[in-house]
Amino acid sequence: MASLIDLANPTRFMRYSAVLLPWLAGLSAVSLVVGFYLAWFVAPADYQQGETIRIMFVHVPAAWLAMMFYTMMTLSSLGTLVWRHPLADVAQKTAAPIGAAFALICLLTGAFWGKPMWGTYWVWDARLTSMLVLLLIYLGIMALWRTLDEPSQAGRAVAILTLVGFVNVPIIKFSVDWWNTLHQPASVLRLDGPTIHASMLWPLLILAVGFTLMALVLHLVSMRAEIMRRRVRTLTILEAERLDRLAAEGAPA
Amino acid sequence: MSELGPHASFILASYAAVAVVLGGLIASVLLDHRAQTRALAELEQRGVGRRSDRGRS
Repeated sequence: MASLIDLANPTRFMRYSAVLLPWLAGLSAVSLVVGFYLAWFVAPADYQQGETIRIMFVHVPAAWLAMMFYTMMTLSSLGTLVWRHPLADVAQKTAAPIGAAFALICLLTGAFWGKPMWGTYWVWDARLTSMLVLLLIYLGIMALWRTLDEPSQAGRAVAILTLVGFVNVPIIKFSVDWWNTLHQPASVLRLDGPTIHASMLWPLLILAVGFTLMALVLHLVSMRAEIMRRRVRTLTILEAERLDRLAAEGAPA
Repeated sequence: MSELGPHASFILASYAAVAVVLGGLIASVLLDHRAQTRALAELEQRGVGRRSDRGRS
């Protein structure tokens, strides 16, 4: 069985990921179809929130994934700074747009849920504000990657920013406990167990698995593209150096 | 629509937002993967390789 060290080799990663991708994509599709069927046709309307509870089935997995991808990026940053893992900054770079997309989905669906339930699309509540800060950190990380041409140099700079930004993740999670917020407290990930009825919990968990698998598929495909981009960059530089050398020697290319 | 109650537009807008954001993300990831695959194939077709590759041939 392949260890993490084995997977550190980009060639080996390309080989294993090519085998894994169709299975993960298939499992994701099945989970999403089953999850959406249960969410729309089996789960009842909420006794207080009515049909708007259907928004929860996309809002909550998006929030979890936005935080999960940032946590994964933080671990990758440690891999870059501490162990100089050859794939760590590739994983970090390619996770950022995916995490940002889920943070954006969380904010948009939260706004569409907030208007009918709270009477407003937005409020500067601790939970909403810290999630907006997470989206801004994601965008900052993506911008920083674009400012530095040399991937290894950019990787170290972004890793430091990512580690600093991780302080926001526990703030998002515990904001509803630490401050008096309009946003409701956690109802699934609680020490005393979920307070949500099984008829809504199961579709939510199945959709969370489906979205997580989809995000992992996108992450693996993005990592493969990034590895190829770096190969293209290296080959292009080598070719330019060869042509320069030939031109200096006066020989035809 | 009517089965979704008085807030149907908010529910549908949420799902539309998910479709647009995820659709855009999936499209950009797949297009980038295709572009890099083509760029690499083109370089290899032109015989551009690493120094170590050339040493072997």
